[in-house]
Amino acid sequence: MGIEVNNLNAWYGDLHAIKDINLNIPKNQVTALIGPSGCGKSTFLRCLNRMHEVIEGARVKGEILVDGEDIYGSNVDPVTIRYRIGMVFQKPNPFPTMSIFDNVAAGLKLNGMRNKKKIREIVEQSLEAAGLWDEVSDRLDKNAMGLSGGQQQRLCIARTLAVNPEIVLMDEPTSALDPISTHKIEELVHRLKENYTIVIVTHNMQQAARVSDNTAFFLNGEVIEYNTTKHIFSNPSDQRTEDYITGRFG
Amino acid sequence: MNIRFGDRLFKIVAYIFGALIFILFLLMIAKLYQGSSATINQYGLSFIFNSEWSPYNDEFGAWPFIIGTVISSLLALLIAAPVSIGIAIYLVEIAPRWIRTPVSFLVELLAAIPSIVYGLWGIFVLAPFVRNHIAPIFTETLGTKIPLFAGPSYGVGLLTAGIVLAIMITPTIASISREVISTVPNSQREAAYALGATKWEMISTSVLTYARSGILGAMIIGLGRAIGETMAVTMVIGNSPEIPKSIFDPAYTMASVIANEFTEATSNLYVSALIEIGLLLFFVTIFVNVIARLLVWSVSRGTQEVK
Repeated sequence: MGIEVNNLNAWYGDLHAIKDINLNIPKNQVTALIGPSGCGKSTFLRCLNRMHEVIEGARVKGEILVDGEDIYGSNVDPVTIRYRIGMVFQKPNPFPTMSIFDNVAAGLKLNGMRNKKKIREIVEQSLEAAGLWDEVSDRLDKNAMGLSGGQQQRLCIARTLAVNPEIVLMDEPTSALDPISTHKIEELVHRLKENYTIVIVTHNMQQAARVSDNTAFFLNGEVIEYNTTKHIFSNPSDQRTEDYITGRFG
Repeated sequence: MNIRFGDRLFKIVAYIFGALIFILFLLMIAKLYQGSSATINQYGLSFIFNSEWSPYNDEFGAWPFIIGTVISSLLALLIAAPVSIGIAIYLVEIAPRWIRTPVSFLVELLAAIPSIVYGLWGIFVLAPFVRNHIAPIFTETLGTKIPLFAGPSYGVGLLTAGIVLAIMITPTIASISREVISTVPNSQREAAYALGATKWEMISTSVLTYARSGILGAMIIGLGRAIGETMAVTMVIGNSPEIPKSIFDPAYTMASVIANEFTEATSNLYVSALIEIGLLLFFVTIFVNVIARLLVWSVSRGTQEVK
């Protein structure tokens, strides 16, 4: 399931955060969005599953085709879009009043699944896929806040996978984590691309180089350069991209 | 040397202020206890459960007042809680910014209206309305089967008092709930949205579960206010020291009987009975607060560890 972005613009009130972006995100690959703070990469990501408009005063214009269908079409319900396009956030945000099990099952229940056996099955699969099953299988009924930060983030990934999205968006998923947890998440991203299309925002250039197949470099709300990760990091065509990835600014 | 002295002095002064709370608390209990010694000696614990209150025969029991206080307050909470939580949710999650600020301000303004004004409104507007419009609805339907909703309505009575109290505690519960709900981190809302939640599902999954202990606390504070409320209730509850059988019956509360009968209390035993009711009101309030604490703790156990 590829994503085709045409002439996308986004605003926060009067602030024009995303300017005329055109981008093709290929299926079953990891695409990294990099760039300095405030460059619009997170905003862009949030446009991809219609989370941007949740903020008061936020607006989007343009076209995003997923499977050929415009997710900003007039008869499209954003709720179904978010169900199909999952999102993992910067800070792990499990539901603090729920158990580990209920956290993963939350999305299933939201979408009306009542079959306990089926829910149990999917929860187990999702935790397995998020690489957390072995660590939590004996305490599924315990509160999710008892997990470490890295485990919480993998729990959030499991929660996202449980609703079986086609695309998974990740907004700096490791920026609040220690190096070991970061490593685990990166391995996970690598494994997940077999079944999902992944778009990941990262501040960490090594991370982009390690996990992604394609990289887009954002600056001031525009895409300066978009290419295979290999190309961007070895032979960038734009001077600003080179300056950024070699650490001259940002 | 000087600084250390200042520090020590400050510490002592702070201790004194802290201790003042305890001292006041103990003094109040001691004084109330002392003042009610006559009834305590005469009736002992049976004073609490005796439902006979007839000063002319020197017969005193607090049960009708305790019942009246507890039921009118719970009735008020039952009416006020859903409305208040609805107001809070609307203000934080749904209302556009230009409505949010003035309405929040209005809600808080409601809390500042003196209770005698609510009482006046209760007597002249609400009581006739309950008698002529609300009571018939219940007595003709539920009342034919359930005695709780049966019997004649005089306008003044438990239900009227409950409604007036509900209106009085709504701003308290709504404004505290609003604050609690606005402290729910956005990441919680986004977590639900990203799973394909509708606005209502987001509110029920993320916001309300996250804020539930705080909302419970707000409800208890409202209940506390209802229990202690005197003036407005005295004006609309009917002031009849009987155990009410229906929500339309007149009743009496602990605070009301003290306010109403203090000037008429001529005998020693009468005064002592009223003071003991004051002491009991004190305990009822403490009891409600302790239960509230425990409830909030048990509910918030999970939430406590966030961050």
